[in-house]
Amino acid sequence: MTSPLTPPGLSSIDSITQSLASVGYISTRAISTAIYVAHHLRKPVLIEGPAGVGKTDLAQSLAKSLEHPLLRMQCYEGLDESKALYEWKYGKQLLYTQILKEKIHDLIGDASSLDQSLAKLGSFQDLFFSRDFLEPRPILRAMEQAGGSVLLIDEIDKSDEAFEAFLLEVLSDYQVTIPELGTISAQVPPLVILTSNNTRELSDALKRRCLHLHIGFPEADRERKIVLARVPGISDLLLKQLVAFVQAVRGEAIRKLPSISETVDWARTLMLLHADALDPQMVRETLNVILKRQADIAEIESKAELLTRDAVAAAV
Amino acid sequence: MMEQTLTRFVRALRASGAPVSSAETLDAARTLALIGYDDREALKTAFGSVLAKSLDEIELHDKMFDLFFRRPASDELSPPKAENLDDDNVDDDGDKESSADSGMSKPESASPTEDAPGKGQAQGGQSTPSPSGGEGKAPPIPDAESFMELALSGDGPRIEAAMRRAAQAVGADDIRFATQTAWFTRKMLEELGVRDLEAKLLEAFSGRTKEARAAANAMIEARHVLQEHAREHVKQLFEVFGRGATDSFMEEVVTDRAIPQLSMRDMERMRAIVAKLAKRLAIKHARRRRVRTSGRLDVRKTLHANAGHGGIPFDVVWKQKRKDKPRIVAICDVSGSVAQYVRFLLMFLQALQGKVADLRTFAFCNDLIDVEPFLKEHSLDGAMEAILRKLGGGTDYGQALMDLRTKHWEAIDRRTTVLILGDGRSNYSNPRLEIMEELADSAKRVVWLCPEGPSQWGSGDSCMLDYKTYCTRLSRCATAGDLETAIDDILLAYN
Repeated sequence: MTSPLTPPGLSSIDSITQSLASVGYISTRAISTAIYVAHHLRKPVLIEGPAGVGKTDLAQSLAKSLEHPLLRMQCYEGLDESKALYEWKYGKQLLYTQILKEKIHDLIGDASSLDQSLAKLGSFQDLFFSRDFLEPRPILRAMEQAGGSVLLIDEIDKSDEAFEAFLLEVLSDYQVTIPELGTISAQVPPLVILTSNNTRELSDALKRRCLHLHIGFPEADRERKIVLARVPGISDLLLKQLVAFVQAVRGEAIRKLPSISETVDWARTLMLLHADALDPQMVRETLNVILKRQADIAEIESKAELLTRDAVAAAV
Repeated sequence: MMEQTLTRFVRALRASGAPVSSAETLDAARTLALIGYDDREALKTAFGSVLAKSLDEIELHDKMFDLFFRRPASDELSPPKAENLDDDNVDDDGDKESSADSGMSKPESASPTEDAPGKGQAQGGQSTPSPSGGEGKAPPIPDAESFMELALSGDGPRIEAAMRRAAQAVGADDIRFATQTAWFTRKMLEELGVRDLEAKLLEAFSGRTKEARAAANAMIEARHVLQEHAREHVKQLFEVFGRGATDSFMEEVVTDRAIPQLSMRDMERMRAIVAKLAKRLAIKHARRRRVRTSGRLDVRKTLHANAGHGGIPFDVVWKQKRKDKPRIVAICDVSGSVAQYVRFLLMFLQALQGKVADLRTFAFCNDLIDVEPFLKEHSLDGAMEAILRKLGGGTDYGQALMDLRTKHWEAIDRRTTVLILGDGRSNYSNPRLEIMEELADSAKRVVWLCPEGPSQWGSGDSCMLDYKTYCTRLSRCATAGDLETAIDDILLAYN
């Protein structure tokens, strides 16, 4: 059951890797395979992993590389159907009713009985509940995109169970029923990506419905490539040293491990400070870029000399 | 063919603990159609994302995939030869891989003869299908000749194929326990014709000639060879299909065994089990569900939300009551036999700490002390040692209650559940029932877990019956399962 049109970017696993690389996202085999299967099987992808490893970025890069619009929905506790699917523009409806009061009066003015008036008003109902007065929200907008789109549902673990149940329904058929307008089904089903930080356990039904992808901290080789893609002017030596340093820090006993986005920030910081290589003093000063807790900073500061030396040694 | 392979793989996954649903199996079939066998790594990754939905399951899946679809010895594959799919039905080793490496794709058709190149019984990618083609034609008659011939042939792939066929015929996939290995081995040998062989063996033994003796020895040797092969095969099947069942069976047994009767080996298993049970409890109760008090409109919020609509309530906001997070105060008697129960309770409570409940734990023998500092400094076992060293003397419930009243009373409020683990034996000291009464009034519930049975309450120095009147619930806890039930019960009361 493949979709009628497969864009060239999704035609094979390798082509996915290449097209992502062309927009600056270094993908792994696992990521590309998951996207490939998701597209052809028309299933959503649930991406889990620590914060900052590129889950949201993947969706954005995918959209850019395939030249599809990216529709983003950020989830939070209390998010409900109306904010996710569609809403009527009540204000506009009220306003138009007020403005057209005169006209309405004219039109039903000659009706002699209540029944007749109602019959005449019947047509207005449809008017005020037409497409003009519908405010589509991300999910509906994704269904309506003619050329396909990428729908990103971010941080699904922050929403509540009721929302998950609602999502299940929408994601299984890729169609939405609006009572007044009818059913809107997606001509080209969007590529749906859900991200989760694992703050809570998702419901089994949703987990089983989606394909699963775990993105963890990258290995040294991939991390170097990513930093190079994001910070193009960086010197080779500095790149190797700082990646080795961060990899070593991830092995330490700290609460919040630095992820790839922190590495990229640090690379930018060091470049801004015109550094060519790591030295302990500079490392100590810029530690707060990669570590976000005071306790962690204190812990690593005490080891800064040692770690820097090791990183420099590893980088030659 | 491929459906059968896939279903066997899924069964193996389920047997080892990954709950794969039927819908996912269908998806896996579609994935297989999509990716084909060309790329083993891609197929493994794709299966991983379709069949496994958490990090643990992915690890399990990868292990199973490697076990199930063993990488063939060589990557060479022969051109198409006699294809008879008898052998391909039983392929928990190698078969898939041989086809994988041949660059074949989408073998979904059921017809045997029109298969793509390379498919077939080339086991382990060996490039000699013709000798093995012989057994591909039809299963050999199970008699002594074929048995001997097979054993003496020394042809690895052929023996493997014969084993596979025999295993399928006796249904060795259903193996559940390691103790069934011998039985299945025997059945497989019978399938291959060992009965006939043994009959001939008996004849040869009764003969007096040297040739008869030699023939007998040869037959014994042959039987030994094939028995070893069969046993290996069955063991491998057990690893794939039965290991999970055995583990879960052992877990059940240990969970229901009375705690004082646990052996050292059980204790190890117990640790893992308690962790699992606690995790289950944590997941079950971790969500603070917001209850809609149905029908009560929150006027203020509604008006606020509809200010933009001129006050007309398009968005209706209902009043919601937030459920309390459970607060548990655990008071444990660490004297004598009760100490072992305390260890388990602490294991449970530690796992729930923070996620589910606000927890304060106290231990007492003579005096009551707060256990938190010990748990922070040491691991669980170390903490238990330290606590037991600190507290000595005979149990005195009254004293413990006094200490609670004077030093730690702020921990008790109307949302707290007090969990007392003890046998109620107080060495004939003053039980301080008035403090107990106050406790029962202040706290939400008082739950008492007693290692002794109801028949012993009130006997000797036991004050159980006196304390009973102030407990919301008094139950016996003898096994780890009981502890789990009790804690589950406590947490449920908050919903």
